[in-house]
Amino acid sequence: MSGLLDRKLLFVTGKGGVGKTTVAAALGLLASERGKRVLVCEVDPKGDVAGALEAEASGFVPREVAPGLFVMEMDTEASLREYLRLNLRVPTVGRIGPVARAFDFVASAAPGVREILTVGKLCYEVREGRYDLVVVDAATTGTIVGQLAAPVGINELVKVGAVRSQTRWMLDILDDRATTGVCIVTTPEEMPVNEAMDLAARLESETAVHLAALVANRVMPELFSRSEQEVFDALSGAGRPAALASALGDAGDAAVSAVLDAAELAVRIRRSGAAHLERLRDALDRSLPLLYVPYLFGRAHGVRAVRRVAESLAEELGG
Amino acid sequence: MTPRRAPSPVDELVASREIVVACGPGGVGKTTTAAALGATAAVRSGAKVLVLTVDPARRLADALRVEGIGNTASRVPAAAFTAAGARAKGELWAAMLDTKQSWDALVRRHAPDRATADQILANPLYQNVTGRFAQSHEYIAMERLYEIHAEGEYDLVVVDTPPTRNALDFLDAPQRMAEFFASGLLRWLVAPSRSRLVSIASRPFYQIADRILGTQFLGDVAEFFLLFQSMYDGFVTRARAVSALMRDPRTTFMVVTTLEAVPALEARQFVAALGERRLHLGLLVANKVLPASFSDPDAAAVAESFESRAHEVAGVLARGEGPELADATLVAQVLQEVGRSFANFERVARREAELLASMSRSHEVTATVPHLRGDVVDLSGLLEIGRHVFGAPG
Repeated sequence: MSGLLDRKLLFVTGKGGVGKTTVAAALGLLASERGKRVLVCEVDPKGDVAGALEAEASGFVPREVAPGLFVMEMDTEASLREYLRLNLRVPTVGRIGPVARAFDFVASAAPGVREILTVGKLCYEVREGRYDLVVVDAATTGTIVGQLAAPVGINELVKVGAVRSQTRWMLDILDDRATTGVCIVTTPEEMPVNEAMDLAARLESETAVHLAALVANRVMPELFSRSEQEVFDALSGAGRPAALASALGDAGDAAVSAVLDAAELAVRIRRSGAAHLERLRDALDRSLPLLYVPYLFGRAHGVRAVRRVAESLAEELGG
Repeated sequence: MTPRRAPSPVDELVASREIVVACGPGGVGKTTTAAALGATAAVRSGAKVLVLTVDPARRLADALRVEGIGNTASRVPAAAFTAAGARAKGELWAAMLDTKQSWDALVRRHAPDRATADQILANPLYQNVTGRFAQSHEYIAMERLYEIHAEGEYDLVVVDTPPTRNALDFLDAPQRMAEFFASGLLRWLVAPSRSRLVSIASRPFYQIADRILGTQFLGDVAEFFLLFQSMYDGFVTRARAVSALMRDPRTTFMVVTTLEAVPALEARQFVAALGERRLHLGLLVANKVLPASFSDPDAAAVAESFESRAHEVAGVLARGEGPELADATLVAQVLQEVGRSFANFERVARREAELLASMSRSHEVTATVPHLRGDVVDLSGLLEIGRHVFGAPG
């Protein structure tokens, strides 16, 4: 299963709010700690990989935030400039300026251009091989298909010219299972799981990219074994909170009930989550890894949280 | 916990507002809350209510268990309310934004003639803009809202907003659309296909563009913009009207969030952005809030005793509470587990309470929805949320 980090390009996506950025940062951190040179690229404008790692915000130029771990932010105009400089030897910034503006303009009404500049830059980094792994904090489930489908779309639209030949090699990178994969992050809740299932189907039918793994984030730990559950049910039964209160001596019934309520909530969340993850498991190829990351009761963001998530992922991935 | 009664209950809302725009960070239950508001309004008032979801994923359909809703609204059957133990005085309708269909309708409306409309619809670029690629949702969502409002079919339209790049991108979409069509750059861009004369100034662009994109694609681009320009007046007028509707006193915004750090911060940014734009904030909803009893110091003391005095307490129970609790070792384990579990939730509950207090201080209109029993899967779940948000029987 550690094959996940042996790929060259990993898109991390999921419904908004499931912890996509944290998981992307954790995968990057884990791979870098295993000796890989890793680039984590922020594509989702709402994401903040650098922030999650509590590093200073980076720009289009990658910055090393930990040994072997580089962070960059996608910027389509900068990507275009780089493309023009590398491919067409357009020399001066002065001349690129208005061109880029015009392109930005075209891109705002003829989307696909923006998407291709994003995906193109990522594929370019893979082809250049300056990093062992590129992890993308990608767009949410709603928009990632549009992004990943852009090379296919452009390839159909543009019959000749440099872009046509450019999309060909991108598709070769994206289509190769050993090189590129998508990692869908979900929480064990109804809507995120529905979207994960939807997205898995759309990835296969509309894009060249393949699903590599699923991450179930914020999974509530199993509180009780079966025999413990029976005891707990008995403890919460009629009259029992009062018996507990008197056994404790100076406690009130309401306080005892609140404590029992919290455990009941944990059990309930755990059960409903397990049912949703079961649904997800059933809908997908059994051979796909489904990685569990436990709910963090402590601070759920920042570098400590990222490290905790990375540790859980390491356990799940093995090796 | 006692739900806080919102100062603008649903009756008042239906009486004074025609549009409620639900916004907020992703994953906080925005769509569900929007649907809950719609369902509650339909039950409580005689209003005809539409819930319009604009998200590409079919969330509302899931929550309402309505199969295959599209751009055409469908009515949630009265039987669904009966099954949920409620009786709707009004009507609840639901619709899902179909981006492609909405764009087509827009082109048909604004194109100078049928032939131009057909040409635009057949342009490969147009088809990709509306079909395959992301980002055309934002404008069309607000445009569709305007359309529905103008048709006057509904007393109240509750619209769910797409997760956008920036907090209130969708609000700026009409303005950006107007600027786009009004821009001289657009005219400059389409100049060659119009006059076949390429000015000196634009030559480098075309040379480079031609090398990158190829002449045929560039031709498609030019045709696309040229054709779109024929719709200039209609589009700009419309985009301005859409903007005006957002600021109209009949429109209000409902910001939905959870009390986790990141969503709560984003929600505050939403609230601030609304203020800057002088848009009306009708309600700030904190979703999935832990009960106040989870941060009660007495309960925390009990949880602590469960951990530290587990064996002593289990011993007492084993002597007096019958066979299920006879195994003192097992009971002690459970007590410790329960104590630890409470301590975990207590940390979260304290963080939440602090955030909620600071939100309530700065905004009068806060409502809380507790962690409900299980997921919201049907109308009765939506109505239960409605009861919490609006503090009234459903």
